[in-house]
Amino acid sequence: MAQRATAALLAVCVMAHLCTMIVAVRGGLTAADILGRTRGSAAWATFYSVFVLAVAIHAPIGLRTVIAEWLQWRGRAADACCVAVGLFLLALGWRAVAAVTL
Amino acid sequence: MASNLDVDVWRGAAQGAYRRYEVPRQDSQTVLDVVTWIQRRLDPTLAYRFACRVGMFGSCAMTVNGKARWTCRTHVAKVVQGNRLTIGPLANLTVVRDLVTDMREFFDKWARAKGQFSPTATRRDDFARIPPASPARREVDVAIECIGCGICYASCDVVAWNPAYLGPAALNRAWTLVNDSRDGEQAVRLAAVAGDAGCHACHTQSTCTERCPKLLSPTASIAGLKRATVRAALKGEL
Repeated sequence: MAQRATAALLAVCVMAHLCTMIVAVRGGLTAADILGRTRGSAAWATFYSVFVLAVAIHAPIGLRTVIAEWLQWRGRAADACCVAVGLFLLALGWRAVAAVTL
Repeated sequence: MASNLDVDVWRGAAQGAYRRYEVPRQDSQTVLDVVTWIQRRLDPTLAYRFACRVGMFGSCAMTVNGKARWTCRTHVAKVVQGNRLTIGPLANLTVVRDLVTDMREFFDKWARAKGQFSPTATRRDDFARIPPASPARREVDVAIECIGCGICYASCDVVAWNPAYLGPAALNRAWTLVNDSRDGEQAVRLAAVAGDAGCHACHTQSTCTERCPKLLSPTASIAGLKRATVRAALKGEL
């Protein structure tokens, strides 16, 4: 369920992110230009924070299936490893969001 | 047409080897004809299963040149590579001996997926009236002809990677029962097919659909189960 819900959310987020990047690159925005728009913006902060959260839920669930099927690794230790990866993604992602929006 | 086939047949169980036999080629010869010829004329110790030999029961399913096939319904001419054939037991199942596999796990999973009909009516009730053209009955009709041959199960990568996965045949049968309005165990069935080993483990690779000799689509049935379980979960019924 969580996997499908976050997948739906990510479909939207990824499309939005791609459009943003294309607009930024085609528009010839510099790093300074971009930061000028994202710094202090509650909207960008919210959007990317939600995006990171969705990734941090979606990726570990998928990883759990992959390691179970390819490495035949199942059980508590495998699950704990996936949770750890999720937390790691959350930390890295939110740190990045903070860096460009605060 | 070369006059002889070089046929490599698996001999042994989990441990074993392919042994080569030379078999005369004939018109309209099927792979089962080849196996039968070997067992009757060359090597009576060869173990294999068959029943009707005319395309009804699916007992003669084997791996032929790497793919699971219904051997009485597979013409040699269609699958032979030059004059070579390689015949082995069905994959993803324990080999009993030579070309015979232990089908117990296949059928145990069928039971675990709640692939049995649970009646709600008694002999005193009138017949259930099910319009053949109703959407639910149509869903059942396209999936009901499964003969339990095991070809889909043997062809499924997820079955190979996930020992607990119920498999395409069991889930296909569960789907026909999910759509059967006479059945009284729908909640139990959806719970049975919803777990880690259930319909959501399917990656839609569709080898089952590609290889099913009855032209069924377990992939479509499993997709139906995915929809049904998600719907039930969102309604809080699961």
